Amino acid sequence: MGEHDTRRQIIGTAPAVELRGITKTFPGVIANHDVDITVRPGTVHAIVGENGAGKSTLMKTLYGMQRPDAGTIAIDGEIVTLGSPADAIARGVGMVHQHFQLADNLTVLENIVLGQEPTRRGLLGVAEARTRIVNLGEQYGLEVDPDTLVEVLGVGERQRVEILKVLYRGARILILDEPTSVLVPQEVTELFDALRGLKAEGLTVIFISHKLDEVLSVADEITVIRAGTTVATRLPSEVTARQLAELMVGSELPSPETRESTVTDIPVLTVSGLSLLNADGRALLTDISFTIHKGEVLGIAGVEGNGQAELVETIMGMRHASGGTVSLDGVDMTAWSTRRRREAGVGYIPEDRTRHGLLLEAPLWENRMLGHQTEVPNAKGLLIDAKGAKIDTKRIVKAYDVRTPSIDVAASALSGGNQQKLIVGREMSGTPQLLIAAHPTRGVDVGAQAVIWDLLRDARSKGLAVLLVSADLDELIGLSDTLQVILRGKIVASADPATVTPEDLGSAMTGAGAAA
Amino acid sequence: MRTKSWRLVLAAPVLALAFALAVTAIILAATGHPPLQVFSDMYSYGVQPDNLVLTLNKATTYYLAATAVAVGFRMNLFNIGVDGQYRVAAIIAASVAGVLHLAPILDVALVMIVAIAVGALWAGIAGLLKIKRGVSEVISTIMLNYIATGLTAYLLTPGRLAVPIAGSNNIGTRLIPPNGQVPGMSVIPGATTQVYGLIFLAAAVGVLYWFLLNRTVFGFDLRATGRSETAAVASGVNVKRMVLISMLISGGIAGMVSLPQLLGEAYTYSNDFPAGIGFTGISIALLGRNHPVGIALGALLWAFLDSSQIILDVSGVPKEIVTIMQGIAVLSVVIAYELVRRYGLVQQQRHVGEQLSRDAAEVAA
Amino acid sequence: MSTATVDTADPGIAPQPTRKVRSRAARPLLIMSLALIVFAFVRVLTGAQELTSDGTLSAAINSAIPLGLAGLGGLWSERAGVVNVGLEGMMILGTWGAGWAGSSYGVWYGLAVGIAMGAVGGLLHAVVTITFGVDQIVSGVAINLLGYGVCQFLSKLVFIDQPTQSPEIPSMQTFSLPWLPGALDKIVAHHWFFVSDLASVLHALVTDMPYFTVLAIALLPITYVILWRTAFGLRLRSCGEAPYAAETLGVNVYKYKYIAVVTSGALAGFGGAFLAIFSGIYREGQTGGKGFIGLAAMIFGNWRPGGLAAGAGLFGYTDALQARSDNGVHALLLVFAIGIGAYSIWLLYRRRLIPGAIGALAAVGLVLWYRSTDTLPQQLVYVTPYVTTLLVLSLASQRLRMPAADGLIYRKGQGK
Repeated sequence: MGEHDTRRQIIGTAPAVELRGITKTFPGVIANHDVDITVRPGTVHAIVGENGAGKSTLMKTLYGMQRPDAGTIAIDGEIVTLGSPADAIARGVGMVHQHFQLADNLTVLENIVLGQEPTRRGLLGVAEARTRIVNLGEQYGLEVDPDTLVEVLGVGERQRVEILKVLYRGARILILDEPTSVLVPQEVTELFDALRGLKAEGLTVIFISHKLDEVLSVADEITVIRAGTTVATRLPSEVTARQLAELMVGSELPSPETRESTVTDIPVLTVSGLSLLNADGRALLTDISFTIHKGEVLGIAGVEGNGQAELVETIMGMRHASGGTVSLDGVDMTAWSTRRRREAGVGYIPEDRTRHGLLLEAPLWENRMLGHQTEVPNAKGLLIDAKGAKIDTKRIVKAYDVRTPSIDVAASALSGGNQQKLIVGREMSGTPQLLIAAHPTRGVDVGAQAVIWDLLRDARSKGLAVLLVSADLDELIGLSDTLQVILRGKIVASADPATVTPEDLGSAMTGAGAAA
Repeated sequence: MRTKSWRLVLAAPVLALAFALAVTAIILAATGHPPLQVFSDMYSYGVQPDNLVLTLNKATTYYLAATAVAVGFRMNLFNIGVDGQYRVAAIIAASVAGVLHLAPILDVALVMIVAIAVGALWAGIAGLLKIKRGVSEVISTIMLNYIATGLTAYLLTPGRLAVPIAGSNNIGTRLIPPNGQVPGMSVIPGATTQVYGLIFLAAAVGVLYWFLLNRTVFGFDLRATGRSETAAVASGVNVKRMVLISMLISGGIAGMVSLPQLLGEAYTYSNDFPAGIGFTGISIALLGRNHPVGIALGALLWAFLDSSQIILDVSGVPKEIVTIMQGIAVLSVVIAYELVRRYGLVQQQRHVGEQLSRDAAEVAA
Repeated sequence: MSTATVDTADPGIAPQPTRKVRSRAARPLLIMSLALIVFAFVRVLTGAQELTSDGTLSAAINSAIPLGLAGLGGLWSERAGVVNVGLEGMMILGTWGAGWAGSSYGVWYGLAVGIAMGAVGGLLHAVVTITFGVDQIVSGVAINLLGYGVCQFLSKLVFIDQPTQSPEIPSMQTFSLPWLPGALDKIVAHHWFFVSDLASVLHALVTDMPYFTVLAIALLPITYVILWRTAFGLRLRSCGEAPYAAETLGVNVYKYKYIAVVTSGALAGFGGAFLAIFSGIYREGQTGGKGFIGLAAMIFGNWRPGGLAAGAGLFGYTDALQARSDNGVHALLLVFAIGIGAYSIWLLYRRRLIPGAIGALAAVGLVLWYRSTDTLPQQLVYVTPYVTTLLVLSLASQRLRMPAADGLIYRKGQGK
């Protein structure tokens, strides 16, 4: 520490943001302690750290959503107390959240002006707001039709709305929390162009990420956070991705590389001509066909919202296909219920673990049963076998390194990484033939990520067939034996992970060009 | 940690009840009635032997109603229609019982099956509307309550199911012959009245409810659905089927609500058969936190208040003060449970965090 | 970013926004006109003039207003994300308040106290659900029980001789437009198909309207303007759609939810007060589930004021008809038959054979029932509004869209 003092450049103005000794604790967890960061005005300042290092907590503190237990925040040289986002907005601080904070059923305009509405004789000044939004859009290259409902917008457009929201409030300091996690490489490039534009206009950008290449390409200065505190501040010209990784986690970042192929020619899952319509008769999935063999990982690449979730849910039997078949081991299971599919040996790591994978308020051992409540060791006939489930939960906790003091605590008390390890352990139990893994390492720390990747590789080498859906292109390319690209509910391209680059894949995902 | 959480679970309702009592005392004092006097009048009246029998008998009925509601509550299904379900079941079951002449135990068993089936069918309408047409069960069961009122009034007319009752100018269903009656028991010393024989039915329902919920895969599915419908679906629960089945079970239990009184005391369904027990059941299920033992305690408390309030009108205090007390008790108990639940989760998080950092420190050392 | 890439990011689940907005506004009017045509047709067919007589229609309006007010109460609350099944209890408080203050101090005081008591019920619901985070349906059910108990208790204290009702409430001044009613009367007398029926509706709207009826009807457009055309309304609705997003923009979500739920209680209290003042007396059990039917009307109306009005009108109409005319309810069997028949033809056209066939059978059954009887038993007539509510909801529910965060507990700072 203390490095930022030597880095500090003597320029005429006060720092845009200066955090000193920020400490914040939650029940049983120290989220931040002794955080010191100095952000110069008119720069892009990156804050990097792995999942769970305390970046988001820190930014919520800066945005007034949480009060620090100790420490000071100075904005433009003045020490401030931020009791709510309204205070932060008044100080010219704006935040683009990692999970978009948009109301789907309101228009773009309504989402943008909310909380800062122009009024005319007591009524909403819609015309005035529209003009301002269009002007801002043109000025910064962030054009969106103000009168459409947000629910019809794609990911990139939603992000533009989020940035417009912040600019509309006249923010001079923008916080972007993991803005690239849902974007394809091309969109990332466009976002970075927009950020440089903002910088040119004199705005300050605080950019939070754990993707080191991106940080190195866009930031003017980089602060590393580890285990809740600032460990270093570096200039991108003086540091490599590898050095940053070591600062972040104390060692090299794990890589998802898979070594030799274990693919056999025995088909496990065969999907042919699969189609799905929604209630209004619109196609969500169209004529999807692929086969996954024993020992094969098939990766599905695509911009989020192009039918991946629907594909997974249809294979799991949670949605009913309107056409085509799904077979497991040569047996047609299209008409089977979800339970029957699970009993036949299909494991499922859902995309949103808190919604689909866990009963947050139930103890771990009941969560061990979830999805396997009819199977040994959790059940004997129609009765549940609590004893068997508890013994097996202890096994999973040990074998999969789930950090918990007991199996009687509620799932919500565990960190995201430990919750995910419990789910992976549960789904690997009982020797499944097929594993559907949707975003298996999303939001987990580096340690858990490495463990989960190892588990997937091991299971694959023992003959497990895996359907992998992920937004992390490195993970997809590293783990998969075959890649398929999904766009608007159709498979539009396939790629060889040995040769394809993330950029090629990104082009195919947006329909801009075919992958190799 | 477990003992501590148990103490919390008990502290919540006790504090909430004390709060309700305090508010009631304030209202009484403000309207010119000395609260302590009122409470002691109620207590000494309530513990008289005949009134204790009344309390047990009312509690039997309330227990069935509350269990019917609780089955739904455990999966976030709000069966507000227990009231209509038990009344429709009561009139049909009473009419069937009135004409049966087979054998003593067989008659009772048949009547029971009829009551369960009618209650389940009436509730099943709401279940079907929910899964087939997406109609909220809250609204549909309330509408079905009013429709049940019309239907029972329609059926309870001479020429349909009603006959004049001997010795009164009231009308009711045909009197249930001895074969279909369930004898009472003299268990309270000094009482001139008897406890319903079907108190054992309520107890059996309680045990079955506990077993079904906590020991069977079906119960696990039901509780999982209540905790998170999305997670339940992903785990292979067919939620639509669960909704229908739980609605049928809930309605089936509701169908039994009238039986203790019908087969143990009234022997006919008439216009003055008690109404509104379904709503009492909702309150008691909330008080008892849907737990079979909690519901039993709640039912006893509620029944005791109901039977001891009769003294109030004699002493010039509006007996509706008890209704207010019950209402406040329900609201403060649900608030207390919610606060305790949240507090418990935070405690657990803190505990896990501390334990893990201690472990980490040990490893480092 | 080119528009081409934007389009590709759209998964294709999107409805067309602009078209949707327009058809939404027109739909209630369309439904009402269609309904009027069907009723007029059945009137001509059966000779049951009561079906669209101005007496029935003005009774329908008076019946619809408490439902509409309760529905507006539901609208305010649910647009801010709080489900309010306690409307019935708040309405009971309103009837009692109006009965007590109206009979003691005059009708306007009755209205004011009724509204205030409803608002107190709303405040209680707000404290329990917003501050303490208790399940909203549980709280609503408890408030219904409490409202009932409190009014019984207060009646015993205040109306000592007859504790189930209040003394008489003086009636409210009314007004009529000068010459229009007479002219409309003549048209109605001709019993022309549709024209006379339309005249009947207008006649009911311009004759002998008590002032608070006018006030109640005006609350509909007023609510629309406040909720959809002001900054306040946008913030309130954002709390029902995405409270955590609103929070990040500095909106005090708790405040708006409180305002919405207290207003909701006040509107339900107004509905209750209307019931009592209109009957000239408070009676125990006077609401008879109107709070719930109002809620159903709002659901039927897809959480929008226009649709809500259509729903309240429909339920109010069946309520008025059952109170006035057995003959009319008997003819209503044919109306149901036509409605269900039309729906099943549509189902059959969409190749949904089994539900279509069941519907067709039901329609035929209703026609046969109508042909084989001359009148319906009184007890079944009584259930008309409740059966209508169920039927209409079961036909409408699947097309509805409630506010995205309706019914969810909001805790400040706990969003993702």
